Amino acid sequence: MKNLKNISKIGLLAVGLVVSQSCVNNLDRTPFIEVTSATVYNDLANYKQILAKMYAGYAVSGQQGPDGNPDISGIDEGFSTYLRQYWKAQELTTDEAVIGWNDGNLRDYHDMDWTSSNEFVTAMYNRIYYQITLTNEFIRETTDPKLKDRGISATEVKTFRAEARFLRALSYYHALDMFGNVPFVTEEDAVGSFTPKQKTRAELFAYVESELKAIDADLPAPMTNEYGRADKAAAWTLLAKLYLNAQVYNGTSKNNETLEFCNKVIAAGYTLDAKYATLFLADNNKSKEVIFPITFDGTRTKTWGGMTFLVHAPVGGSMNPSEFGINGGWGGIRTTKSFVEKYSDITGATDQRATFYTKDQNIDIDDIFKFADGYAITKYKNVTSAGVKGSDIEGNFPDTDFPMFRLADVYLMYAEAVLRGGTGGNTAQAVNYINKLRQRAYGSTSGNITNIDLNFVLDERARELYWEGHRRTDLIRFGKFSGGSYLWPWKGAVKEGKAVPEYLNLFPIPSSDIVANPNLKQNTGY
Amino acid sequence: MQKNKRFRSLKFISLNLRSLSLTFGFLVILGNVAFAQKTITGKVTDATDKSDMIGVTVTIKGTSTGTQTDFDGKYSIVVPQNQSILVFSFIGKTSQEVVVGSQTMVNVTLIDDATILGEVVVIGYGSQKKKDLTGSIVSISSSDFVKGQITSPEQLVAGKLAGVQITSNSGAPGAGSTIRIRGGSSLNANNDPLIVLDGMPLDNSGISGSANPLSMINPSDIETFTVLKDASATAIYGSRASNGVILITTKKGAKGKPKVNFSTNLSSAMPAKYVDVLSADEFRDLVNSRGNATMQSYLGTANTDWQKQIYRNAITTDNNLSVSGTKGSLPYRISLGYLNQNGILKTSNMDRTSASINLSPSFLDNHLKVDVNLKGSLTNNIFANQGAIGAAAFFDPTQPVFSGSESLGGYFEWLDPSTGNPNTLATLNPLGQLLLRNDASDVKRSIGNFVFDYKFHFLPELRANLNLGYDVAKGNGTVYIPTNVGMNFARGGVDNIYDQHKTNKTLEFYLNYVKDLPGINSKIDLMAGYSYQDFLKDNANLDKNINGDVFADIFYKTQNTLVSFYGRANYNMLDKYLLTVTLRRDGSSRFAPENRWGLFPSAAFAWKISEEGFLKNTQAFSDLKLRLGYGVTGQQDVLSDYPYLPKYTISQTTAQYQFGSSFFNTLRPEGYDANIKWEETTTMNIGLDWALKTARISGSIDIYNRKTKDLLSVIPVPAGSNLTNRILTNVGNIENKGIEFNINTTPIHSENFNWDLAFNITRNINTITNLTKVPSPSFPGILVGGISGGVGNTVQIHTVDYPTNTFFLYQQVYDENGSPLEGVYVDSNKDGVVNTSDLERYKSPQSDFYFGISSQINYGKWFAGFVTRGSIGNYAYNNLNATAGTFRNSSNAYLTNVIRNATTTGFENSQYFSNYYLENASFFRADNINLGYSLGKLKNKIDATISANIQNAFVITKYSGLDPEISGGIDNNIYPRPRTFTLGLNLGF
Repeated sequence: MKNLKNISKIGLLAVGLVVSQSCVNNLDRTPFIEVTSATVYNDLANYKQILAKMYAGYAVSGQQGPDGNPDISGIDEGFSTYLRQYWKAQELTTDEAVIGWNDGNLRDYHDMDWTSSNEFVTAMYNRIYYQITLTNEFIRETTDPKLKDRGISATEVKTFRAEARFLRALSYYHALDMFGNVPFVTEEDAVGSFTPKQKTRAELFAYVESELKAIDADLPAPMTNEYGRADKAAAWTLLAKLYLNAQVYNGTSKNNETLEFCNKVIAAGYTLDAKYATLFLADNNKSKEVIFPITFDGTRTKTWGGMTFLVHAPVGGSMNPSEFGINGGWGGIRTTKSFVEKYSDITGATDQRATFYTKDQNIDIDDIFKFADGYAITKYKNVTSAGVKGSDIEGNFPDTDFPMFRLADVYLMYAEAVLRGGTGGNTAQAVNYINKLRQRAYGSTSGNITNIDLNFVLDERARELYWEGHRRTDLIRFGKFSGGSYLWPWKGAVKEGKAVPEYLNLFPIPSSDIVANPNLKQNTGY
Repeated sequence: MQKNKRFRSLKFISLNLRSLSLTFGFLVILGNVAFAQKTITGKVTDATDKSDMIGVTVTIKGTSTGTQTDFDGKYSIVVPQNQSILVFSFIGKTSQEVVVGSQTMVNVTLIDDATILGEVVVIGYGSQKKKDLTGSIVSISSSDFVKGQITSPEQLVAGKLAGVQITSNSGAPGAGSTIRIRGGSSLNANNDPLIVLDGMPLDNSGISGSANPLSMINPSDIETFTVLKDASATAIYGSRASNGVILITTKKGAKGKPKVNFSTNLSSAMPAKYVDVLSADEFRDLVNSRGNATMQSYLGTANTDWQKQIYRNAITTDNNLSVSGTKGSLPYRISLGYLNQNGILKTSNMDRTSASINLSPSFLDNHLKVDVNLKGSLTNNIFANQGAIGAAAFFDPTQPVFSGSESLGGYFEWLDPSTGNPNTLATLNPLGQLLLRNDASDVKRSIGNFVFDYKFHFLPELRANLNLGYDVAKGNGTVYIPTNVGMNFARGGVDNIYDQHKTNKTLEFYLNYVKDLPGINSKIDLMAGYSYQDFLKDNANLDKNINGDVFADIFYKTQNTLVSFYGRANYNMLDKYLLTVTLRRDGSSRFAPENRWGLFPSAAFAWKISEEGFLKNTQAFSDLKLRLGYGVTGQQDVLSDYPYLPKYTISQTTAQYQFGSSFFNTLRPEGYDANIKWEETTTMNIGLDWALKTARISGSIDIYNRKTKDLLSVIPVPAGSNLTNRILTNVGNIENKGIEFNINTTPIHSENFNWDLAFNITRNINTITNLTKVPSPSFPGILVGGISGGVGNTVQIHTVDYPTNTFFLYQQVYDENGSPLEGVYVDSNKDGVVNTSDLERYKSPQSDFYFGISSQINYGKWFAGFVTRGSIGNYAYNNLNATAGTFRNSSNAYLTNVIRNATTTGFENSQYFSNYYLENASFFRADNINLGYSLGKLKNKIDATISANIQNAFVITKYSGLDPEISGGIDNNIYPRPRTFTLGLNLGF
């Protein structure tokens, strides 16, 4: 009897051992919620969701709106969005905007004394490369042989692939515009720990140009793709911008090519919206002027960056948040006197593009941190053209989309390329295009002009396109960003403004990447 | 009060001069005059080594007469009659009683008290005699726990253990603690020790709805608390052992008739200190003198002390009942606990009902021992809105609490002048933030295990042990804020529901073979085992407003599994030389198959020098042991379960993107490191344990060096090479080296008077030795230490050659009067401009030294004691002063109070990066002072003890903020630790 018990006990232990042995095989755990790359491309339905991510990368900060699951880290998630960083780098460094927040080294932008460890410069760079790796991943996984292997034949995927290449070209364009000589990765480079090689600005120029031309056949015709997605006209506009700045990027002028692509866009059928103000309202998705938007939505595309930033941050002082369709202002962004003076009448009564808020605001800036110093601007709002507040009942997240490319910009590029000696256009047409913008702005022909020169075009670009992310590039092209030929308040960290060194025309490669990637050489001056 | 004459007379007190000279001077009145009847002389020797014993207490039983032996072990005492009984006692020895009778010479030999020298300590997968330990292990049993209102287990030992730093995270009911054993070994992975409860390794990540997973264990059920510190002790836990291991055992059934114990504590907690802000009148004066007309127009007429409004005196009751005994052959212990703890911040409360059952029957002639432990707890928490703490410091004191109208819940709030709605930038009414928000949770947890320990019939040296355990928890809660109040006004209130489930399963099996080999004077103890643990959890969160509009609807589920094989060999030769070798092989589902398995070896050697002939016959040491240990441990808690897999994550519906008129959820490929693996820590330890034979004093000293390589660090990836900008990967090295010293003494020891005194001190030096894949001297480091104020601002940095979290600030410039000049900093690199390259690395939140002093005195029926702790050289950033210690002449449509520090600095704007706000936060804290009295047997049956306690009695520090003890070193509105007064009653029968 006793032995029997013993045997049963030993038997139990043996069972225990067998059970435990089988458990060793339980180490292959796979996620419950996420899918792995091994299976995600087997289902055609997933492709469009991955495409959506590549676009959303410009708008939101991550997979949870407004925050909670960020794409990039090392900076506050709200700060980390592409559009917010792009806007800050392009606008806060210029006469068009100052910001009153004591956030880290944000003030360096306006003071023009940023270093390679500036977290905002770093976040912009990281966002650009995040987009590049996202698009590379998709392009790599959608080659014809791979699609064939998976039995996916939809032609739709080919369009997706062209769009991914457009988005990659757009981000490389931003990289070459802001950082110049940068690391270069394509779909040929698998994800993992390798160190990308650096390309010169000129090499990158050639790459972006060739990519945009190569995808032309696969992109849908202008205005035939779904709203929010890129088409041929988006690629043409980007090419026009690339050529317009070619002198800066690779030392050759490409005004003829600028005109060629401006003409293509203009011929595509876009029309100016009747009222300037509606371009920046909650229902601007109805615009026929916008060529390529970054879309936002009050309930479905939520972020603390993007348009949330652009609608809230300029509201402060005695401004009424409810007029902007929001629950409160953030009391941050204003503009400088230099920009205000671009308008002969700042009330908006004649040129309606002057959207200044001056009550309780000083035109001069004594203290950048004080919202009352500097005129406020009321361009972006979360109300529709009918005056209805946007869809977010909380009043945080606007429905307003960001007009990345629009027809007015193309008209002004046309005019500039003509004045710079390009063939394929003429001055009369240039004046005509500019007068179209001015007639809309004045509501009549009273603001029409007959003569234009380059400086006029630069100022007209400011009046028409301010706070749309063009200013830094424009000032550099005109040689007015660095140096002392053009001063604005607080340029160079002094109230009157002072000359700053030319090396600031490029941002530094972030020190974090210089450390991580031994192949990189820092831009001159840093 | 005390009528019994025996206790009224002065007691003779045994004084040990040597130990006194080593500790404190202490004067005691000696003896009373005895009536000479008969003189007894004699000598006391040690049974073990036949040496003369000095300082043995010799008393006449039932009297207060006594003496002690001299340097030759001799004594002389006068006894009144032949029936007198002499009592010979000495710490560490069994007391002996001798009837005098007709003798005039009484010689005795005292033998070792088996319960002390045979003291057994739990170790990983087994237990060992304390004197045979080879690793650095400290153990505290229930009699030495910190007393008073203890609601979470780790507080039982705070300040008592060298090398163990326990910092409570806040004063909130049920709040957890940050436990660091010999400093943190990791940068980004978890730095918490592994906690093993009755042989079950616990998952110490939290559960939704509970501030602290340990708080669900009732401290009064705990029997011992053992900390394994060096790798030779911890390596048996392999990949989870790098931050030390804490072994907790709970109480078991006692022998014999049922013993009932009931204890009840009633305590009252109150704020120890308030933030020094301007009073209403001072604030009015300030605004009238410095503000503009608009600001002056906002001033109110009330005098509100907002901090007094949000805090309260909070009552807590803690009741525990246990029954322990043996029924037939079944030893059992059943306990019930009920805790209701109010926090000093209004509304905060924790209500815990806990029960535990232990059954430890034996079968088959004691060959099969079964140990069943079942514990369960139900905890209901009400979490106060801690935003009220900062708000109370900032809110304008000239405003009333209530507006006098019905709107916004009746509370005064700042309104946006243009809309009449609450101003979204302004501070919200602190009391409204508390009373209008209902944040309640309900957490159930059950932990249980069944241990079968079988001693083979045909081979009794061999033992098989099977441990089957579970740990299941369910937490759910709700957050409710009504519409039309200050909080969440625009979104229409909050109606949030969350819940979480956790199911952890454990299977452990080992064989243990113990054999004496008398032929070669040796003993071997071999153990080999297997372990399987699986951790599965899911959580869901549905966030709506009162109207039912959904803002977030999130579900997540994740799992990881750990499989291990382990073994240990102990070899003991001549009872002088001890060798321990352990090996563990761990496999974790968190890593790719090729990196999945890790090997963690250790070896330790101990030499019991006191057993050597040359020391054995001397008077010096009763114990002297040298320990040498080496081992490798790992860290696999990377805070995510699938870091090596290329995953695609679907977005929430709030992060969709619009194509045409449709919105699409997005699919994001995640960055990953396919080669991610363990972090590895190599520890070396040299220790010396000692106990003096002639003095009741013992201690130990340990020197250690811990080097961690392949740190799990989040570092920037080369841009473009991965699907993220920073990735968790294995890069970097950290080193912790230090020395620990502790000393325990009993300066006074007699039948009626006992005084224990203990001191421990630890020096730990933490240094980052590498942070990059490619050595890069120019790498500035990784910014950490986010503060409140601005967005994304940080004040600390990880840098090579500096401690982790070193502060990184500008050096403030002062005027000739010593006042800081606003925004003026030292140009430390002398390049003519002050910019980020002038930020300086200086000091860290880590202590240079930390120490604990504790004492307990028993005198007759009285007992009293204290536990104090201190820390030297730790710095803290006073975030509260940096944020609110300025005059902030804002153009906003509301006013904000000012911390008095502003009147010292005169700063207009916040100067977050000034090292003016970096302060020395060294401190000395009296954690606990207790006093008790034993009422003796009530009705001859019930043992009753009453006690009184003060917790957090006082803090001595130069730090200007509320409390210098801040884990992480950034002082920003933590829930203040209260001062607590407790009355306790303990009944046993």
